[in-house]
Amino acid sequence: MTPDLQTIWVYLAANPLSMLTLTLVAYQGGLWLYRKCGDNPIFNPVLISMLAIVGLLKLTSTDYRTYFDGAQFIHFLLGPATVALAVPLYRQVQRVKQSWLALSVTMLVGSLVGVLSSAGIAWLLGGSRITLVSLAPKSVTTPVAMGIAEQLGGLPTLTAVVVILSGITGAMMASTLLRWFRIHDPQARGVAIGIASHGIGTARAFQMGDVVGAFSGLAMGLNALATAILVPVLMHLLTMSSAG
Amino acid sequence: MLKFVIVLLICQLAGEFIMLATGLPLPGPVIGMALLFTGLSLRGEAPAALQSLSDSLLSHLSLLFVPAGVGVMLHADLIGAQLLPIAGSVVIATLTTMVLTGWLMQRLNRRSNQA
Repeated sequence: MTPDLQTIWVYLAANPLSMLTLTLVAYQGGLWLYRKCGDNPIFNPVLISMLAIVGLLKLTSTDYRTYFDGAQFIHFLLGPATVALAVPLYRQVQRVKQSWLALSVTMLVGSLVGVLSSAGIAWLLGGSRITLVSLAPKSVTTPVAMGIAEQLGGLPTLTAVVVILSGITGAMMASTLLRWFRIHDPQARGVAIGIASHGIGTARAFQMGDVVGAFSGLAMGLNALATAILVPVLMHLLTMSSAG
Repeated sequence: MLKFVIVLLICQLAGEFIMLATGLPLPGPVIGMALLFTGLSLRGEAPAALQSLSDSLLSHLSLLFVPAGVGVMLHADLIGAQLLPIAGSVVIATLTTMVLTGWLMQRLNRRSNQA
């Protein structure tokens, strides 16, 4: 007797190859749609492939753990890719040296604005405490943001999701928004994208040019450092003022 | 090629080690990026094979975020219950931060170029 489709599906879904292939196919499909729509950033390939995969997993009642068992091989490459950001940065080292002061001031202000606006807007819109602390570090690259959220008593996995959604929002809106506000300086564009929307923004920034991409990668790394130091200090001040 | 895959992995591994050993609030790969940057600066040039490896890795950077992004399905209920504050914060705060920092950096850069 040949096994029925259901049995075959259960067997294949548990094989890492299936979910790895699904992720690559969904992303390639997202990329195809993006190109088809004239490289319009609204058709963000990450968003399209995420939605397609979530839909398929829901339809087949496959849980996230099963999916991630296969997709983790792609997830793993985030580490080496982050290290690789040193190369485009090195190519721009002359420019970085020239504007180190502007860069430092912008990083400090940007980190502060990122944290305060993320938590502040959620607070104004009636967010719960858990939501606020999970959102506060959302401009920072995923592993750092998760660490900060955990430290503050938020939900690290929720943080991971809002970090990615912020990245997608930034990547989708960056070119339009920067044009509206007449921000044409490639260094300023890169720093703005990297501070507000970390790695996903940086991927978009590289499409806008090597200088934009390199400064975005640099700003992403520096913002991780600045925010990791800043948030505990801010929380300390806030709890002191509410106690006093 | 293989040599530089090893270089990337060793930088990351050293970064993880430094993070664990010093308690520095930075993820291993970000420390690894700083290490590789320092290495390239000391060497005075980036080898062509390393450049092509990192360029091909970075050209698909956004693909690498998809597996974590699919995790949105774990929190569908919580996001649904807090949709307004979460969506508002994600959209408004991200875009405000982007515009403000871009404007500030452009202004400071212009000033220092004039001086």
